[in-house]
Amino acid sequence: MGVERTIKEINERIKNGKAVVLTAEEVIEKVKEKGIEATAREVDVVTTGTFGPMCSSGVFLNFGHSSPRIKMQKVWLNNVPAYTGVAAVDAYIGATELPEDDPLNSDYPGEFRYGGGHVIEDLVARRPIRLKATAYGTDCYPRKEIETTITLDDINEAILFNPRNCYQNYNCAVNLSDRTIYTYMGTLKPNLGNANYSTSGQLSPLLKDPFFKTIGVGTRIFLGGGIGYVAWNGTQHFPSILKDENGNELCAAGGTLAVIGDLKKMSPKWLVGTSFRGYGATLTVGIGIPIPILNEEILYYAAKTDDELFAPIVDYSDAYPNRKPGNLGYVSYARLKSGKINVLGKDVPTAPLSSYPKARKIAYILKEWIIKGDFLLSEPVEALPNPHSGIKGKVLN
Amino acid sequence: MTEKKVVLKFSAQNADKPIIYHLVKDYDLIINILKASINPHKEGTMVLEISGDRYEEGISFLEQQGVSVLPIETEVVRNIERCTNCGACTVHCPTEALYIKRPSMEVEFDGEKCILCLMCLKICPVRAMEVKV
Repeated sequence: MGVERTIKEINERIKNGKAVVLTAEEVIEKVKEKGIEATAREVDVVTTGTFGPMCSSGVFLNFGHSSPRIKMQKVWLNNVPAYTGVAAVDAYIGATELPEDDPLNSDYPGEFRYGGGHVIEDLVARRPIRLKATAYGTDCYPRKEIETTITLDDINEAILFNPRNCYQNYNCAVNLSDRTIYTYMGTLKPNLGNANYSTSGQLSPLLKDPFFKTIGVGTRIFLGGGIGYVAWNGTQHFPSILKDENGNELCAAGGTLAVIGDLKKMSPKWLVGTSFRGYGATLTVGIGIPIPILNEEILYYAAKTDDELFAPIVDYSDAYPNRKPGNLGYVSYARLKSGKINVLGKDVPTAPLSSYPKARKIAYILKEWIIKGDFLLSEPVEALPNPHSGIKGKVLN
Repeated sequence: MTEKKVVLKFSAQNADKPIIYHLVKDYDLIINILKASINPHKEGTMVLEISGDRYEEGISFLEQQGVSVLPIETEVVRNIERCTNCGACTVHCPTEALYIKRPSMEVEFDGEKCILCLMCLKICPVRAMEVKV
């Protein structure tokens, strides 16, 4: 019989200070040394981490009521519009929102120096934020405008709720055209000038639990430097297993998570306002997820290395924008991390957009929290769709 | 005769004038152009190595022409607090002043190699690269 343990048993060991916790990097070394079976017997939890630009992030805010009251119809935070069609003083500030007077791409490529992601960073850094709101006035909410300054501590709630984060895997982006292009995958030089990728590979949470055997609704996680939870599957959650041209299984791709947590307990170190030239603004988010080693199979996947995890290479000058199927092949994260890959017979320098050193740090912090007993694992209250569910993306016509 | 490295900033008004020609012809200076670029606003940046006895006179001439002359050491800096060590800049740095240390994957910045093309300022997603004047 192989190793079998439950989350309840692991939590008991955490409380007794006896849990063995390794980061995904550390467990790879352990498995190389001792093999899967012996390592599974020894290790209770593997921690993962990722720190990259994640669109589909934002914060629900409740500002508190002014006197006299206002039912906000439009609201701006540091001149960036937030959506307030929720309730009188509730709003949602999205990471990619931009000021109405931003030149955007009219002076191409636009700079996008400040947007919703930067407002979120300023909020969590407890910098003062200019709040402006307008309203039409009602009998119960007579006030028609307000301009004031708030900080994170002045308002009732700030709940980070990111509908799609933590992509399981992501394209390696290249440019086959003869002009520089400006994308959410960074600036791509012409004629395969560079290849940008954005996954922490062997540290990346969902690459280490490809079948969602442990990560589900309610899983407690490291989110933005505080504690958060998996709220649901992310939008565009289309988990699948990548196969090469010969039909061999490579690794997982397509899964995403919706995550939630209290912004007031997070840190600007792990939520950073981000700009992509010619594309827009977003938020760089730090996420770490613990994987309970319930059996050998879970460890087998959690110990996958950069050599065994692959990204599809996709042309962002034509194939991606025009939604043309297919790709230019697959490349391992080990090769991507080496600094050079070969695409269509050409050596192409690579650059990451997500920070591997910060991902390593997140996995390490989460490990420390668990060892100290500050962070217990949670049982998922519902499983997420997995590659066997066969969910596919729909096309907008 | 020591070479001095300087950065010249041309405005849109003087970027199209043959100023470097006069620097060589009239002041007998030996120059080596390390980098030259004109941005979409028609402003120019040039990194020069200059040597010659009449260096000071040459610099005065440039300033009279409305060209800003900056010492190279005081320019691009990395805000370590802000840098996330992602590495997005490294593939755009023409001299590998910004590079990834392997296997740690941490980003290093060697200011000595920087030629002030300022590409990293445009690329850095979190604006960790700054010009110090």
